[in-house]
Amino acid sequence: MTRELAHLSDEALVALTARAEQSALAELYDRYGRPAYGLALRILRDESLAEDAVQDAFMAIWRTAPRFVPEKGKASTWILTLVHRRSVDVVRREQRRRTDSIDGTHEPRTHGADEEAWLRLQRERVQHALKQLPDQQREALELAYYGGFTQTELAERLGQPLGTIKSRMFMGLARLRELLGDTVMETAWTPTT
Amino acid sequence: MDTHDLTAAYALHALDDVERAAYEQHLAHCERCREELAVLTESAAALAWAVESPMPPAHLRGRILDATAADNVVPFRARVRRPWQAIAAVAACAAIGLGIWGATVNNSLHRARAESSTLHIVADPASRKVELNGKSGMVAVAPDGEGVLVVEHLPAAPAGMTYEAWVIPHGGRPQRAGVFRGGDDMTMVKLGMHVPRGATVAATVEKHGGADAPTSKPLLTAQI
Repeated sequence: MTRELAHLSDEALVALTARAEQSALAELYDRYGRPAYGLALRILRDESLAEDAVQDAFMAIWRTAPRFVPEKGKASTWILTLVHRRSVDVVRREQRRRTDSIDGTHEPRTHGADEEAWLRLQRERVQHALKQLPDQQREALELAYYGGFTQTELAERLGQPLGTIKSRMFMGLARLRELLGDTVMETAWTPTT
Repeated sequence: MDTHDLTAAYALHALDDVERAAYEQHLAHCERCREELAVLTESAAALAWAVESPMPPAHLRGRILDATAADNVVPFRARVRRPWQAIAAVAACAAIGLGIWGATVNNSLHRARAESSTLHIVADPASRKVELNGKSGMVAVAPDGEGVLVVEHLPAAPAGMTYEAWVIPHGGRPQRAGVFRGGDDMTMVKLGMHVPRGATVAATVEKHGGADAPTSKPLLTAQI
């Protein structure tokens, strides 16, 4: 399959998607379908629900692309945020929460030949940064982001005041940002030339 | 409720529906929160990369594309009231402003020519643009013959009916070039047939699903 739009930036692809260019959406899928599916699967633990969540998210991309404002953030962030929201909405509806730590939870592991190097690199960088967070902050982020718990549910579950949960989430995200610097933030996609 | 401190939870999608609605309302007039949210959202999205990502099933890509291709209507959301010169200018500006054109030209002019996407055809100065008779709009035809029909303020087709585009080669029979629905400020339809010189592009109203040959008088035409 040729990828004739492979040299365009994510943001340019979203702009073309906003004009209902299907090939642009296809290229976005080729770039982000895999991390999107991985995220949905991590949250939902069910292949068929994960597929539905990814499809819903890409339909949302298709329909709301005209409202994407590049000045407000990167396209990759927007796309993954949509996937995350859909997945969490479904997990809440299905009451299908899983709370295991992210290490060693998904099998089969797909490191190696079929996994593009940059995807593995990204994962290692973010996992490394997560490990450097204080345990309580990491726990709050993981339960919220991968587990789909609301802050109120988290406070109950962890037996902490809501204010404590809020501040752990805030500190965790802020610290993560520091730890990742601009490396992960800027290299989510390396265009082929 | 102090809504300022909900930013991290919002970025993590960890608010319930009521809290989320309150926060979004707050966000509309809190510049500080909008800035903070942009930063924290990038952080939260980084978490997406930390998980294993097995290949999605191969059929998922097709399923998504099929769902978006339910018809070949291209709703162009920009509100423009001028004929084709303005339409082409707007499209070209959008492309340049977002770096599409720049990126394309820098990388490979060759490829740019090969990419006969709808927007490119409309924005490309090398495309022939012919104003429509019967409706406001134009047909743009790229040097390779790929064409786009652009109609402004075309009302949605009546229930059970559809619009169908035709390419009629000079002295030939009408060829089906795609069905579309209308109802947008600007409808852009990538024509399913190449448009030779001297051909006429037309559109008729047909029963849902389209017809093999036009059954009614064209509501618009353009001679290329």
